[in-house]
Amino acid sequence: MEVNYENGLNLKATELRLGLPGTDEPERQTTLRPNKRTLSEISCSGVTDDGNDDHQESAPPAKAQVVGWPPIRSYRKNCLQAKKNEVEGTAGRYVKVSVDGAAYLRKIDLKAYRSYPELLEALEKMFKLTIGAYSETEGYCGSEYAPTYEDKDGDWMLVGDVLWEMFISSCKRLRIMKGSETRGMGCL
Amino acid sequence: MNYFPDEVLEHVFDSIASHKDRNSVSLVCKSWYRIERYSRRRVFIGNCYSISPERLIARFPGLKSLTLKGKPHFADFNLVPYDWGGFVYPWIKALAESGIGLEELRLKRMVVSDESLELLSKSFANFKSLVLVSCEGFSADGLAAVAANCRFLRELDLQENEVDDHRGHWLSCFPESCTSLVSLNFACLKGEVNLGALERLVSRSPNLKSLRLNRLVPLDTLQKLLMRAPQLVDLGIGSYVHDPSSEASNKLKHAIQRCKSIVSLSGFLEVAPRCMSAIYPICGNLTTLNLSYAPGLHGNKLTKLIQHCRKLQRLWILDRIGDKGLGVVASTCKELQELRVFPSDPFGAGNDAVTEEGLVLVSAGCPKLNSLLYFCQQMTNAALITVARNCPNFIRFRLCILDPVKPDPVTNQPLDEGFGAIVQSCKRLKRLSLSGLLTDQVFLYIGMYAEQLEMLSIAFAADSDKGMLYVLNGCKKLRKLEIRDCPFGNSALLEDVGKYETMRSLWMSSCEVTLGGCKTVAEKMPSLNVEIINESDQTEFNLDEGQKVDKMYLYRTLVGHRKDAPESVWIL
Repeated sequence: MEVNYENGLNLKATELRLGLPGTDEPERQTTLRPNKRTLSEISCSGVTDDGNDDHQESAPPAKAQVVGWPPIRSYRKNCLQAKKNEVEGTAGRYVKVSVDGAAYLRKIDLKAYRSYPELLEALEKMFKLTIGAYSETEGYCGSEYAPTYEDKDGDWMLVGDVLWEMFISSCKRLRIMKGSETRGMGCL
Repeated sequence: MNYFPDEVLEHVFDSIASHKDRNSVSLVCKSWYRIERYSRRRVFIGNCYSISPERLIARFPGLKSLTLKGKPHFADFNLVPYDWGGFVYPWIKALAESGIGLEELRLKRMVVSDESLELLSKSFANFKSLVLVSCEGFSADGLAAVAANCRFLRELDLQENEVDDHRGHWLSCFPESCTSLVSLNFACLKGEVNLGALERLVSRSPNLKSLRLNRLVPLDTLQKLLMRAPQLVDLGIGSYVHDPSSEASNKLKHAIQRCKSIVSLSGFLEVAPRCMSAIYPICGNLTTLNLSYAPGLHGNKLTKLIQHCRKLQRLWILDRIGDKGLGVVASTCKELQELRVFPSDPFGAGNDAVTEEGLVLVSAGCPKLNSLLYFCQQMTNAALITVARNCPNFIRFRLCILDPVKPDPVTNQPLDEGFGAIVQSCKRLKRLSLSGLLTDQVFLYIGMYAEQLEMLSIAFAADSDKGMLYVLNGCKKLRKLEIRDCPFGNSALLEDVGKYETMRSLWMSSCEVTLGGCKTVAEKMPSLNVEIINESDQTEFNLDEGQKVDKMYLYRTLVGHRKDAPESVWIL
């Protein structure tokens, strides 16, 4: 879409015309450099991205998918894609989170976090509480809260004992336990 | 002109390994030609359509090792129809019928059927080594035939092939009597293998030096294999997920530590980053590390691993390492010669990518760097100029900016000056791939300075025919030129058609050359095959000479038009 910066109006954008928004207009075929194809003429998806623009775009243009670009072997591309799908398949997972004493539950996407510290920080922010530090031998120290989760077998486990990847694939729901129930599980 | 008996010359020629040198030797005189051809054991054919198997056999009756390449390079990126060609069957059939004692076959980008593998396995009693790179067309059945019939098999190396391996019993087909394996690489297979058979095979292969597993080999099997093969030099781990505090993990650590000879590590097709510490004991010996299939490895865990690898010469990694991570590489890996940084998310938002900063850091820290493949978000002229100054030893320099026409983001200029600095500084440069916003100017520099250049890849560059002309006129040693989406037309193509006979091949797609121009080349140069690839659903090629050609691939050949082209390929 040609943008007329001189008078600050994007007249073309508001122009009524027949045709899908963003499609090339006929006069664009005869550009200043007729031999040079712009990215939009090449790309399959037809997203306009004028390679001839003189001004610098601050936001990156929409990534038009050009056949055979970037030049990566199909084998490698397929491997990475398969991995992405797999990772997005197992989690991308919303689980319920309950906090003892809270009026209602929340839901979080476990896939949004890459590690335990990230998850715990998010929980602390969401519920305005402190969970404390994890210790293999002592559980969670420093507060009256302990994060637990229900696993595939239906058992309630302490968050943090197993590998992160194992956790997100087996966690069905979270419960942040409070007070007297947690005392037996660790340090004072 | 022979002052020595033939046997003496043969003996001398034996010590000449390089193909180029042997080719030169054969041109000295008739007598040397004769002696050379009978003593030749290894032949490399860069384009399987440049010569026929019959002529190969006629000239080199003592042939033991053959390397063949099939499809053009751009086939890797889906630019060539799947049925274009590159079939190995006619080669194997001809060799089998000739009585040649083939021992080694190395194929790249070829179509390999199960039938050809079966024929191969049954035709050559002394067959020792099969290496398939980026091939397709075969299944586990073909592998089973090789396993079962090649009694002295030393090497089965499958790299990045598309294999249909729904049935995983091929490994069980190695007979009990097979104890000669030196190298086994099946990392690219997606199916299960018989783990018991694998363990037994490794147990009875005392010479096994290289073992690369696929994803479906579980951890406890890996541990058992390592215990049985502590002499390994090259290891490809398939799945590497375990709980670091578990018994299984401890056993694995112990097994890994026993493998004091491992210098090359790859795979990690599935990885849990916390477990990498088990690998640290062997990191100090590593000269080659390939983590380019392990997107799960990034951040601290990755850099910590690299900090242990002080002897690294070759590193293949994903761009998730980031510029900071490359800084760690720069300060740790002083022996680094080859770096490849692949994109982990080619069409994504580019959060995890590398920029010019990472490259500059590596160039400053690794003075021995001579080979680069670098996928990045952006590049600047200033960075390239610095890199050129820091590393004048580049032999291979391949830069891929993910947005193909992106200018220098700081100055908004094309990257002509940056690449110009590279070609001017790196006098030994043999291979170059360009990207980013580029005008004719960069080609002027390439033509002027890149005297040793043999292979050039160009995409979305240049303003006019001048660009291509600078290259064709200037680069005397050019062998392979591949161009896509550039405004090069007939006048560039036709300026010096004789040049193409000095080259292996020329690829041009989405350029401005027309059917008429291509026909002219074909007419003037009968020693070239000029192929037009047209993948649209036309039943008949449009005969209009002014029509632009979508894809053209031309190559020199001694045997004229090939007979196995599909309908989508028209040989002029």
